[in-house]
Amino acid sequence: MGKVLPLGGNYAVAYAVKACDVDVITAYPISPQTTIVERLSEFVANGELNAEFLHVESEHTALSVAIGAAAVGARTYSATCSQGLALMNELLYIMSYIRLPMVLTIVNRALSAPINIWNDHSDFMSVNDSGWIMMMSASNQEAYDEILLGYRIAEDPRVLLPVITSMDGYIQSHVVEPVEIVSDEEAISFAPKRRSWVTLDPDKPVTMGPVGDPSYYFEFRRQLWEAMKESRKVFDEATEEFAKRFGRKYSAIETYMLEDAEVAIVGMGSFMGTIKAFVDRARRDGVKVGALRVKLYRPFPSEDIARALSNVKLVGVMDRALMPGSAAGGHLHHEVAFALRQAGLETKTIGFIAGLGGRLLTMDNVKQMVNVLINYKDKTVKELPKEPIFIGVRE
Amino acid sequence: MSLPGWKQLPIGAVILTPGSSVEYKTGEWRTLRPEIDQEKCIRCRTCWMYCPEGAIQEVEEPYKTKTGREFKLTYKVDYDYCKGCGICANECPVKAITMVEEVI
Amino acid sequence: MSGLLGRFEIRWHGRGGQGIVTAADLTATAAILSGYYAQSIPTFGTERRGAPVIAYNRIDRQVIYERSPVVEPDAVVVADPHLLINPKPLIAGLKSGGYLIVNTAKSVDEIRGIFKRDDVKIATINATKLAMDVLKAPIVNTAMVGALISATKILSLDPVIQAVKERFPSRLVEPNVQLIKQAYELVKVS
Repeated sequence: MGKVLPLGGNYAVAYAVKACDVDVITAYPISPQTTIVERLSEFVANGELNAEFLHVESEHTALSVAIGAAAVGARTYSATCSQGLALMNELLYIMSYIRLPMVLTIVNRALSAPINIWNDHSDFMSVNDSGWIMMMSASNQEAYDEILLGYRIAEDPRVLLPVITSMDGYIQSHVVEPVEIVSDEEAISFAPKRRSWVTLDPDKPVTMGPVGDPSYYFEFRRQLWEAMKESRKVFDEATEEFAKRFGRKYSAIETYMLEDAEVAIVGMGSFMGTIKAFVDRARRDGVKVGALRVKLYRPFPSEDIARALSNVKLVGVMDRALMPGSAAGGHLHHEVAFALRQAGLETKTIGFIAGLGGRLLTMDNVKQMVNVLINYKDKTVKELPKEPIFIGVRE
Repeated sequence: MSLPGWKQLPIGAVILTPGSSVEYKTGEWRTLRPEIDQEKCIRCRTCWMYCPEGAIQEVEEPYKTKTGREFKLTYKVDYDYCKGCGICANECPVKAITMVEEVI
Repeated sequence: MSGLLGRFEIRWHGRGGQGIVTAADLTATAAILSGYYAQSIPTFGTERRGAPVIAYNRIDRQVIYERSPVVEPDAVVVADPHLLINPKPLIAGLKSGGYLIVNTAKSVDEIRGIFKRDDVKIATINATKLAMDVLKAPIVNTAMVGALISATKILSLDPVIQAVKERFPSRLVEPNVQLIKQAYELVKVS
């Protein structure tokens, strides 16, 4: 057993980054930055962490510097969210396609306008094509553990992709919970520094980031597709090894009371805890409802989801970000519906949009969603709503 | 020519062979070629500085002009890589470089 | 362990600068030190000194899954007496048999007169006076934690003092421990 500390999500993540003995931390220290990097700068200043902490002038530069750091073989870390992540966007693609490993934490928040720094998944979902492995935690413990998993997966020679770990802004980042922290030795033993990628080295010169004209570019896209697929195997190995060492078992999806469920809610992030608590109550009243939380978003665990939902009549997929103009309404619904379709299942879906811009999700909201599902569960596909249902918005 | 497939290419488009651009002879892009009149050239090095390709070579080769001026160096064009852009001719302060049509 | 049976939920009312979020953090830290699972939940906004602030605690023997604000608290702590002008949001959702702990110079009966609830226990403490005496500043958070644990008996003094030691800079530990102990003794419950 490690030491249990009462920690907010931000500090929990900072402790994990320290335990992984990162070499370079680069961050833009102004809103919407979080106290993750503030705490890390204290660790560096105190001499508790031997790393370069680089304050830069924008998130765009933060990730540019991170690319340089990873290119010379440094274990690299940064954190951001909201508009800060939007400003990083250009470099996210460069990092992943040069195949440089690092870990970046997104503290999930809304995107402006109107100006809003509260929690939803708009920023996270906005980078879902960027070629990064993406995970979303649901507790501060899990946010801590994701950092260790992140470095182990990112630096695996079969993968060599950067990893986004994430937690819900405020609901995790500012809420204090018990978090078990491991020793630096245990962390490094689980996620050893492998330097498994080609680095910039004056003694062995290479060229990184060259022009890839039409006769070459496509092949590198194809390469990344394969690495992303391969990373799922590495994720499963890493979580298994993690469970052996630290006693906490994670998997790509977390299922709850799905065995005999007629209806289920699928979602991501910390609100799934509230949904689990609702499922407990509803089960006492005989309602056959279950829940499924997607932890690993990229690579998307389509087959696991289809298998878990194969006996469910109707699934409500809760998105906390909007995909305007899409019939699915949200990114997660889009993915889940496709997963079910590919598996040849009859399971129907309804999209819910909830909790945008920090609108809190209450037990009543969950009840509202479950009631919709119960009303529609025996209807045909044609009778289902053609648009997502907005939960908790004023008419 | 058959190009390597995605499985053969190095990960992340990293080019592992240093200096491999030497193999890429850009001289064939040229329409006009610069020619240096060694009689007029004052060895000021301006063309060498301006050439975007590094195709002007500074060679330790003595030269004596008809008027008796002696130089220790000679500037030559590396036609394997010169793209014929004409910057050298434009910048030359004594108009010693002329762009002439490439005859193949 | 002290008398925590099942879930215990707390709502804190105060103003920016009074240390309400810290009070909730201290309570959660003490609960975790006592072997419980606990959450400290601030409300999330643009923090300004003097603006009304709410924070929450959930304490349980089991892992807590909920991530929503506390709606039906077992205890409400009112750290600023000026908030009594508008008592309705303070008492909202407070469970029958629950606790209302108020920083006030008024008596328990006077406070009961304001809230008109006979089914809850009311505790009063003049925390502002205690804080002015000890800290020379109206920062009442630690005194209110002392009053809370004394009135409700959910946690004992030792883990709370330990939490202060872990979270506060060393020069602030002694005066705050003193405040907690005084409030623990002086709170009136009925």
